[in-house]
Amino acid sequence: MSGLRVLVGCKRVIDYAVKIRVRPDSLGVVTDGVKHSMNPFDENAIEEAVRMKQKKIVKEIVVASCGPSQSQETIRTALAMGADRGIHVEVPAGTDADLQPLAVAKIFSKLVEKEKPDLVILGKQAIDDDANQTTQLLAGMLDWPQGTMASVVNAADGRLTITREIDGGLEDISVSLPAVISADLRLNEPRYATLPNIMKAKKKKIEKMTPENLGVDITPRLKILNVVDPPVRQAGEKVPDVSTLMEKLKEKGHL
Amino acid sequence: MIPVRHCLKLVPLCSQIRHGSRMFPQLKRGSFNRITDEDVNRFTGIVGETGIKTEELDHYNTDWLNTVSGFTELVISPKSVEEVAAVLRHCNERRLAVVPQGGNTGLVGGSNPVFDEIVLSLERLNNISHIDPYAGIVECEAGVILQNLSDKVGEHGYTVPLDLGARGSCFIGGNLATHAGGLRVVRYGQLRGSVLGMRVVLPDGQILDGRSNMRKDNTGYDIKQLFIGSEGTLGVITDVSLLLPQSPVSVNMALLGCDSFDDVIKCYRLSRQCLGEIVSACEFMDSLCMTSVNDILGLASPLENSHKFYYLVETSGMNMDHDMEKLETCIEKVFESGCATDGVMAASKDQARHMMSLRENIAPALKAVGFNYKYDVSLPIQHMYSLVEQIRNKIRLTEGAFSVGYGHLGDNNLHLNVITPHYSAQALSLIEPFVYEEVSRLKGSISAEHGMGLKKANYLRYSKDPSMIAMMRSLKDVFDPNGIMNPYKLLPWND
Repeated sequence: MSGLRVLVGCKRVIDYAVKIRVRPDSLGVVTDGVKHSMNPFDENAIEEAVRMKQKKIVKEIVVASCGPSQSQETIRTALAMGADRGIHVEVPAGTDADLQPLAVAKIFSKLVEKEKPDLVILGKQAIDDDANQTTQLLAGMLDWPQGTMASVVNAADGRLTITREIDGGLEDISVSLPAVISADLRLNEPRYATLPNIMKAKKKKIEKMTPENLGVDITPRLKILNVVDPPVRQAGEKVPDVSTLMEKLKEKGHL
Repeated sequence: MIPVRHCLKLVPLCSQIRHGSRMFPQLKRGSFNRITDEDVNRFTGIVGETGIKTEELDHYNTDWLNTVSGFTELVISPKSVEEVAAVLRHCNERRLAVVPQGGNTGLVGGSNPVFDEIVLSLERLNNISHIDPYAGIVECEAGVILQNLSDKVGEHGYTVPLDLGARGSCFIGGNLATHAGGLRVVRYGQLRGSVLGMRVVLPDGQILDGRSNMRKDNTGYDIKQLFIGSEGTLGVITDVSLLLPQSPVSVNMALLGCDSFDDVIKCYRLSRQCLGEIVSACEFMDSLCMTSVNDILGLASPLENSHKFYYLVETSGMNMDHDMEKLETCIEKVFESGCATDGVMAASKDQARHMMSLRENIAPALKAVGFNYKYDVSLPIQHMYSLVEQIRNKIRLTEGAFSVGYGHLGDNNLHLNVITPHYSAQALSLIEPFVYEEVSRLKGSISAEHGMGLKKANYLRYSKDPSMIAMMRSLKDVFDPNGIMNPYKLLPWND
């Protein structure tokens, strides 16, 4: 198997090591001035595509991101990791939180029509909305097989064998191409973007477009009503012996 | 050159501990009294039962490097400045020797008893009294752990003006007493420049209250500066007011691979020129340092190939776009000039943390390999690595020995380490006094940031002339006429 074209999706999210703060209007989290990076699962997606290219299974990697103008930085990181060219589907600043999986899946299905990839790799979920929906919606729209939560992917004879991480353990499936897969964290160890590659990536092409250009309506279907911090963890209580423990448990209605 | 792989057996603890008194067999116990039951009762009366420890004292007696160990039988942990004063007053009256101790992370054996000195632990003076969010000032007690202080002031958008690998264990009082350096001197300057006020207890129990929150105060002699860096030999620091810099919003890290130390210096120069005020750390390490953290701690290098040297530069600023622009220009210039042949930029906080951890874990990695002889010296930048090469040459015939160089390039501060499987007086004789003579010849400092402690006290003359040392002794006599405060430390006891 060789000469495949892969479309990889990546999303610019708040860096996972940042301490999140809820906005004063309780409708979201503070994003202004906060460090953003590529969604960790998307790093695995890009890395897998790059490895397949190194094995000569894949010939071209196109990376796409939907978001505000700063999403270009995320695309550049992907290009520095080894993607060949980028597509930036731009939405106005401040509206990116309204961009929901259904809209993203529609955008990607239009990109698939345009680019005609043999394989689409997305991250399993974004760490801001934790939706884990885009891959599944996209596969449905395209009527393509899906391999979600992939922790091992092998290509042979026009098919992919995928090991999926599921609740009960691991599941092995085999899908024909074209297919959509979503990358899990254990799929691979993403490489660092080396500086010489970052500089080379500046010369790689990023095509810009809007959802309107693709004929996609991105009006959100879900409305966020309220965002709150989780309850503050209460300090535990130490008891001197078992009988006091029993007493306390009864007191608090646990027994 | 002996590859690290050959030295990977982890040496058992007991063969590494050297009692302070045995490392220096000629060091005799001073004419201090010995602790009696009555003394213990007195102390218990002052600090309460919870403030007295007479058992399981190993981790107070032994240093972090497992190279020196005393044999105290009493650790006192007061919880207020008044208790500290009462304890010291009694010790002074009874001529009992005392070692003030913070997080016990010192590297020169300065925080541990040599004989049976009482350990006065600051661990219970751990209150952060006040943070002024407008002036950017924090008031706290000496026993606050640096990481905790950093977290607390971080809630207000500030950062502590020093950072070092021991942050999870070291106390701010200890940082002050040793005038700790660390990673950020290149950005925030020396710690003493950020101290606005301090309260100390003198050896006779007198409380010297120099607490102040004034940015500028030119009223008389600035006595608190004497205590900063005095390594617990003039008194016990109990409270401090620190000036805090803004917590950076945008932090970036780049790791570059270089083929020669000259190239490292060129990278450093270029990065200072392009990055200017946003630079917050400039560190370097050699290839053996990298292989040590790779092999012993399993921390992978982000670069594909191994390089002779690695240069790590961190930037901290308030505007991400501004900083990225500067960094991109810097990187372009570095690669155009060819002084680095490869490099990575951290794309996330996680990656940045990992890159810094490679530098910060060199000491723990080397500690696990064998006995460490550590030298922390200031040298003119062009001579920083030649000292490592000279030492490497001297120990080339010693079985299982190897040497590494790393450190705070931005402060011209080299950490030279020699590692042997076990302590060897023969290996030591090859290194000392040569290393000190060489540093002295180049007009460097034999202790850039670690201090003198026990291990280097007798070498003070290599960096300070006799009249200076005589003045230090006079001052010691003023503050501590009975000589009970951390004896055998800092000042030479045998030159």
